[in-house]
Amino acid sequence: MRYTSEFRDKTLIQGILKEIRRTVSQRWVIMEICGGQTHAILRYGLDQLLPPEVELVHGPGCPVCVTPLELVDKAISIATLPEVIFTSYGDMLRVPGSSQDLFSARGAGAQVKVVYSPLDAVEIAKNNPDKQVVFFAIGFETTAPANVSSVLQAKALGIKNYSILSSMVRVPPAMHAILGAPHNRVQGFLAAGHVCTVMGYWEYPPIAEQYHVPITVTGFEPLDLLQGIYMTLQQLEAGQYQTQNAYTRAVTYEGNRSAQALITQTLEPCDRQWRGIGLIPMSGWKLREEYRDFDAEHRFRVSHIQTKESEVCISGLILQGIKKPNQCPAFRTLCTPENPLGATMVSSEGACSAYFRYSRDQEDIQDHATRSERF
Amino acid sequence: MQPDQNAFEQFSCPLPLTHNESIVIGHGSGGRMTHDLVKKVFYKHFSNPVLDAGNDFARVSSGQTSRGKGKIVLSTDCHIISPLFFPGGDIGRLAVCGTVNDVAMSGAQPLYITAGFIIEEGFSIEMLEKVVSSMSGAAQEANVLIVAGDTKVVEKGNADSLFITTTGIGWLEHDLDIAGDRAAPGDVVLISGTIGDHGVAVLTARNELGIETTVQSDVAPLNGMIDHLLQAAPHTHVLRDPTRGGLATTLNEIAAQSKVAIWIDEETVPILPEVRSVCELLGFDPLYMANEGKLVAIVPPEEADNALNAMRQHPYGKMAMRIGAVQPTPQNRVMAHTTSGATRILDMLSGEMLPRIC
Repeated sequence: MRYTSEFRDKTLIQGILKEIRRTVSQRWVIMEICGGQTHAILRYGLDQLLPPEVELVHGPGCPVCVTPLELVDKAISIATLPEVIFTSYGDMLRVPGSSQDLFSARGAGAQVKVVYSPLDAVEIAKNNPDKQVVFFAIGFETTAPANVSSVLQAKALGIKNYSILSSMVRVPPAMHAILGAPHNRVQGFLAAGHVCTVMGYWEYPPIAEQYHVPITVTGFEPLDLLQGIYMTLQQLEAGQYQTQNAYTRAVTYEGNRSAQALITQTLEPCDRQWRGIGLIPMSGWKLREEYRDFDAEHRFRVSHIQTKESEVCISGLILQGIKKPNQCPAFRTLCTPENPLGATMVSSEGACSAYFRYSRDQEDIQDHATRSERF
Repeated sequence: MQPDQNAFEQFSCPLPLTHNESIVIGHGSGGRMTHDLVKKVFYKHFSNPVLDAGNDFARVSSGQTSRGKGKIVLSTDCHIISPLFFPGGDIGRLAVCGTVNDVAMSGAQPLYITAGFIIEEGFSIEMLEKVVSSMSGAAQEANVLIVAGDTKVVEKGNADSLFITTTGIGWLEHDLDIAGDRAAPGDVVLISGTIGDHGVAVLTARNELGIETTVQSDVAPLNGMIDHLLQAAPHTHVLRDPTRGGLATTLNEIAAQSKVAIWIDEETVPILPEVRSVCELLGFDPLYMANEGKLVAIVPPEEADNALNAMRQHPYGKMAMRIGAVQPTPQNRVMAHTTSGATRILDMLSGEMLPRIC
């Protein structure tokens, strides 16, 4: 299949791995920001193919994972109101709040619907004028334009019974938070290709300069990822810290200007809590004053709901790259995809879920992989 | 005399409307309307001497004559699907094939099917007849008789249009021991064709994703192919159809039951390009997509080639492939050699499969 099979070509993969091995002279820690990249890395076993000097740590780039517990509780509280039809992307339904998740709210009678696009939620609002339709608008810069276009659509159509519960977040402030933390181990970044497709990468050179870390815009196929890792390693070995683009077939420096205009028109930066990490200044987006009527938190008065995060779950340390999922005492014992303690185990993009699904524990795999013969 | 005069002049309570177009609660009453429905829809299509006897039970011969040998094989399955009609099949064909296949995976010859229908008030009788006719076609293809059934009607809103439960009975004539706990190290793992077709066909038929495909569901009775397969590979250890949860989940079940490891080579698993594309687009893994006309066969290595050839000679097994082997370790796990040359664990599907966000 064009545009995927070429980027999974085994010979090319072996070639670039050889280059990587030739380049690396010491230990380096590189973080991939995006959860989609974490999955691809584990799905294709790329971490096993890299030389042992290269350590990949998995960043906070999963919108489901970083949505704070408090907001999940607010979502459930709104969803259980009799006049509400609550709509959400599928992944969000399984995220545990402090006492239940949206799935169990649905089982108890709440009207909760999975939608594939926020515009479907607007359609539901149009068809159910006697109901309040709320969309759980989570996401990074990639998803934000779609989320806000639903608000613009509702406004244009004069639909008054539609609102969004917003948990939209931005990558650059999270990178600042990680790099500025006292225990930071990250020496190079793979920037998220999808986010940069929308935003371009003009926001990153100042970060690279300030912390002296190379940043490489990277795609999602095995060859894309290895190319991003290779370019980052080349810079690390040479002591450079530039922002480079390894995903040129999708990303330009400026990004998608019309999508950025949609964001600027409707949203303004605000402080936001990240699950497990805490408050990151100006890391979120909220609707501007003139769109406040479409803000579900404003409409349903849920600001009194305040929730503390789980004490066992170390998802915060995992999202910052300080610990690996399999270093958590609850991993695979108390915490599994069926019974997740934290969002990194819930979302298919979460680092814990990816570890659970693809690699369980590394020693075990390597032990058996060497013993098993191909047929 | 004009009909309307008749109605006016005669002294009588109003008769219930005949409701020839859609199901009403009365169709499940057990009374005349039920009988009419059974006669006009079910008997019409399923007619055979056992059913036509009209009892509350079906009395059938066991299908064997030799004494003390052979075993009865039973399986039951409930079928709910949205939409009821999808490219390549419908709930009727699914209800027959699903149960026929479950019985056939033991190596038994499926013989009889019973069917229970739960129908939502308001459901169109024309649609019901389409479903029933499709069941009849599938039963003929699988060479089984539908010998008993039941119908209940529930109030509007208490069920999603139509649910069908089928039970199948088969006769296992040989001393075959085909079961999920018999996979042994050294065995070869075969799949009878492309995976994920049914899952993608149904998913895109729902029209929620704005994606159109030409992918057809693979729903089919597999007992014919299994006959071929078992003649060619009489020492087959495991047969299983990878339905909900897909190939990865089925292999996990077998690995756990047999306490072995199943290693597969991802590149060898046959997947239609269109199925692969849809899955890429939505963030699904074809290894977890449902199939309704495929089987996994785990056979001793000396019979593997024969088994593969036998499947490939059957219309439902043309794309059969050897995809892996059984190993002693890591016990209870399914491992995949990835396309990039590394290994990964294929876990069971947990919970509902949900599209990724970005």
